[in-house]
Amino acid sequence: MEYINIIVKAIFIENMIFAYFLGMCSYLAVSKTVKTGVGLGAAVIFVLGITVPVNYLLENYVLKEGALSWLGPQFAEMDLSFLSFIMFIAIIASMVQLVEMAVEKFAPALYSSLGIFLPLIAVNCSILGGALFMQERQYANIGEATAFGIGSGIGWFLAIVAIAAIREKIRYSSVPAPLRGLGITFIITGLMGIAFMSFMGIEL
Amino acid sequence: MSEVAVEKVKKPSEPLFSKKNKALISNPLDDDNPITVQVLGICSALAITVQVKQAFVMTLSVMFVAAAGNVIVSLMRNMIPNRIRIIVQLVIVAALVILVDQVLKAFVYDISKALSVFVGLIITNCIIMGRLEAFALGNKPWPAFLDGIGNGLGYGVILILVSVFREILGSGKIWGFPLFGHKVGALLSDGTLATEASGLYALGYVDNGLMILPPMALITVGAIIWVQRARNTKLIEA
Repeated sequence: MEYINIIVKAIFIENMIFAYFLGMCSYLAVSKTVKTGVGLGAAVIFVLGITVPVNYLLENYVLKEGALSWLGPQFAEMDLSFLSFIMFIAIIASMVQLVEMAVEKFAPALYSSLGIFLPLIAVNCSILGGALFMQERQYANIGEATAFGIGSGIGWFLAIVAIAAIREKIRYSSVPAPLRGLGITFIITGLMGIAFMSFMGIEL
Repeated sequence: MSEVAVEKVKKPSEPLFSKKNKALISNPLDDDNPITVQVLGICSALAITVQVKQAFVMTLSVMFVAAAGNVIVSLMRNMIPNRIRIIVQLVIVAALVILVDQVLKAFVYDISKALSVFVGLIITNCIIMGRLEAFALGNKPWPAFLDGIGNGLGYGVILILVSVFREILGSGKIWGFPLFGHKVGALLSDGTLATEASGLYALGYVDNGLMILPPMALITVGAIIWVQRARNTKLIEA
């Protein structure tokens, strides 16, 4: 029940795009057609589902104050949390590389459909954002962290597919010339964000 | 001293602020703005524009990281193997961001708390990576430095513009300083709480709470893009 709660919260209430604007750059750049949107969205779910729990382990057994105490009593006071940015981004970059190699080897069909999106993900803010929110919110165990990772991934997926569908349709409307392209996408995203805010305050 | 002499013998160097170098600073302010034209660095730009003060600190941080990162990568550009350049760049940027984060924590702790994860997210801010890839890898340190400063400024102009609108309309303040008088229960400068409304609030003025909420940042940027492209028609997308 706790897990479902976290997943639903991450998808709707704390949506990566509409509540925090994370991963906005690739969201705007890759949302021209639904097909590419689905590809990138799937890759984000995949990578968030892997990197958040891995970073959770790193945070709790290496970086946090006192996290190194399993090495011996002399490490109990150690606080490496100032290193967390560099460690998280290193983990993310190497996990993305690893995932890319694994997918290429074992699921060539999936690899060719994800295509160039996998390497792009290392610099997608939503991935590092997921790790940093996980650190800030201090989930109780690795299951909850995984649920949060997958939930935020699904939220991001929904957002990019929705905006891609709208952009495909809006091509046939007569938008004022200076607003065409980027401007109208911003405003639509803002309106969708307002719609998503109706989920605010829901407790499950 | 000897280094300077060698430099002079080599060639009459380009003046520090030649026309080309000036363009590196002025272009990102309008024609080549990182946010409204290059679509870089939106992620962190929007979440922290509720108050001008936060936006200002964020601008300074991004400008520092962009300029310093550009210079470092530009100095190393002939040594970085092409295949692993992304990881090298990420590590350089991450080290600079840790520096910024620790400085903010030490000197402006409340702002650093308010910026929360967004300082860390400077690492994956597309402006930084984008300029490293597009400019610093192919240019000398001084132009790279100017490019970093210019893009930091271009980012900051939009950030501060958005935050001015949002702070004035959303909370009736600018830089935390009340513009339209006090609401009931507002903290006064002498440390007490206001018991009755003053200024415009006494006349029934109400802040627009919607402006504080995140979606309005997007709509404000959309409006800025609209104004900019209406003025500068060559930016209009087909």
